[in-house]
Amino acid sequence: MIHEFKKRWVSFGIGLIWLFVILWPLLGIKPEGLEFGTTFALWGKLAVAALCIMIVYELNVRGVFDGAKKAGSAITGSTRKAYAAIPQWLLLLILLALALVFPSMTGRYGHDVACNVLIYVCLGLGLNIVVGLAGLLDLGYIAFYGVGAYTYALLSIHYQLSFWMSLPIAGCLAAIAGCIIGYPTLRMRGDYLAIVTLGFGEIVRLILNNWMELTNGPNGLSGIKRPGVYWLDMTNGWTLEHFWVKKVWMYYYVILFIAICTIIAVYRLNYSRIGRAWEAIREDETAAELMGVNTFLLKLLAYASGAVFAGFAGAFFASRMRFVSPESFTFLESAMVLAMVVLGGMGSIPGVILGALALIALPEVFREFDLYRMLVFGGVMTVMMLVRPKGLWPAKRVGRRSEEMD
Amino acid sequence: MSESKEVILELRDVTSAYGNIEALKGISLKVHKGEIVSIIGANGAGKSTTLMTICNIVPTVKGDIFYQGERINALGSEVLPTMGLCQVPEGRRIFPRLTVTENLEMGAFFRKDQAGIKDDMERAFEFFPKLRERRRQLGGTLSGGEQQMLAIGRAIMSRPKVLLLDEPSMGLAPLIVQQIFKIIEEINSQGVTVLLVEQNANLALQASHRGYVLETGSVVMEDDASALLSNSDIRKAYLGE
Ligand SMILES: Nc1ncnc2c1ncn2[C@@H]1O[C@H](COP(=O)(O)OP(=O)(O)O)[C@@H](O)[C@H]1O
Ligand SMILES: [Mg+2]
Repeated sequence: MIHEFKKRWVSFGIGLIWLFVILWPLLGIKPEGLEFGTTFALWGKLAVAALCIMIVYELNVRGVFDGAKKAGSAITGSTRKAYAAIPQWLLLLILLALALVFPSMTGRYGHDVACNVLIYVCLGLGLNIVVGLAGLLDLGYIAFYGVGAYTYALLSIHYQLSFWMSLPIAGCLAAIAGCIIGYPTLRMRGDYLAIVTLGFGEIVRLILNNWMELTNGPNGLSGIKRPGVYWLDMTNGWTLEHFWVKKVWMYYYVILFIAICTIIAVYRLNYSRIGRAWEAIREDETAAELMGVNTFLLKLLAYASGAVFAGFAGAFFASRMRFVSPESFTFLESAMVLAMVVLGGMGSIPGVILGALALIALPEVFREFDLYRMLVFGGVMTVMMLVRPKGLWPAKRVGRRSEEMD
Repeated sequence: MSESKEVILELRDVTSAYGNIEALKGISLKVHKGEIVSIIGANGAGKSTTLMTICNIVPTVKGDIFYQGERINALGSEVLPTMGLCQVPEGRRIFPRLTVTENLEMGAFFRKDQAGIKDDMERAFEFFPKLRERRRQLGGTLSGGEQQMLAIGRAIMSRPKVLLLDEPSMGLAPLIVQQIFKIIEEINSQGVTVLLVEQNANLALQASHRGYVLETGSVVMEDDASALLSNSDIRKAYLGE
């Protein structure tokens, strides 16, 4: 006890000294000379904050909070019981209803953020197939998003094709791009795969950046048409009215529709034979092959179907911005989507949705911090991975089909 | 075993390599229908490579592999289980984050007959009652012995005609090893031909009809199991005498 106490505080001290050593070169070395004031000021604040945390931890170890914890766990226990008692379809229905009435509860800004979240839900769920189910690390995933976006942009500008017509084409082209990257990487694993996919993402971005005749390079493409929607109008008989999606809340419904389709499709894939085979490949590729899984085809399929959803999301993105440029498809975006999948819980659909929500909506909340946003973000990610290494909502792996066998 | 018996699996002068390194240097062996044949040899002799070459995970460089009279060199690994040739690989290689039942279901992945799969699941649970108790547990949380049972159970879910077993005794307590060998003999008595790879030569030969001795990628001896067991060279080299 005493020994551990000492160990903790010694580590605390060493940690603080280290922090100073790291901070000073960042803050104290200036063109006009060396300077310690700012470093000490910031370091002092951090040290006080850390000290507070240490004291809380110390009190916790000594059992000061035990009473409160017991009450807390009783509350979570009873809510969990209540949650289990509600049938799942009812929960889904409530969620759907909330999603449907959401635009009337918020303003333009809220709609904007919601559209973003839903785009990333699609992206996250698509990447989840590749990373979470099939276990293939893909660091260039955003390339398929780019392919989808440019497909719709070009079809809309040059051929005046409507959004809904272009959507399947964007999906198809993204799937083909998925196969193109999938094919050469089929024999690779782990680190090599990461590097090749990373390279592929950059290649696509560079093509978009440099193929002036087709993509207009870094200037991007503008003049993309909005999606059109047919609406059953009943004011003067039953007529189909066509109108353009103009307001952000209308865009919200379009992407909500795409996201729900994506969720259903991914759910179906997840629990199909194909999903099971992907999981077997993730667990042990050779063993899967020995059990009669065509790993070649299924890995290609994983890349292709993951890419399809990115293609859809990309087409929507282009229609909403009405402008695309290569800047939107950088590695940082790929990393972001990957972070959502990992943070939410690999292979878990609700997890990925939560991950997208957390990584898109929360930074909006933190907008005040502005400069330190990415710092806070990184800190939260690190803490999350320490506290919940399997993600916010880990995939339930206690077999569904196994239950049915009994 | 008599020569009149039907040959179900045959390797003729098979060479295979990892890159430039030749691991099998022209191996020939025959397995008759209904037999248990064991391949014994020291660590690194090429036993696992032999099984992986049969399953075309390691490609054949030269020579022919025949299964039920058909040349299978060029067939994809994933086709072989559908033909009744199934391997339990070295180190078990179960799917750690799938449940026991899901692991077993993966063994029947290519099959579509739900009723038959259910029967075979029952049969696997009868062979290994431990697995029934643990059917909802993740494969990775099983003990070594249970994982070996799961790996064998998974393989018999494919209704194999020939079962390739790579070191089923590896890292297991003697009592469990005996249990597993008893079940291998039982599976064999139900009509499944077994090609068994083992470092534990004594145990393997006692369970087998015939045996091959492998040394650095070549077959150096083949005989009836009882003859190999009483051979003084073999006893010195592999049975620790
Ligand atoms: N993946 C591999 N890459 C390169 N060489 C390998 C590989 N696997 C096995 N070998 C080599 O092939 C030879 C035979 O190995 P193996 O078949 O595993 O032996 P055994 O199963 O009899 O212990 C050894 O020399 C080993 O080093
Ligand atoms: Mg071996």
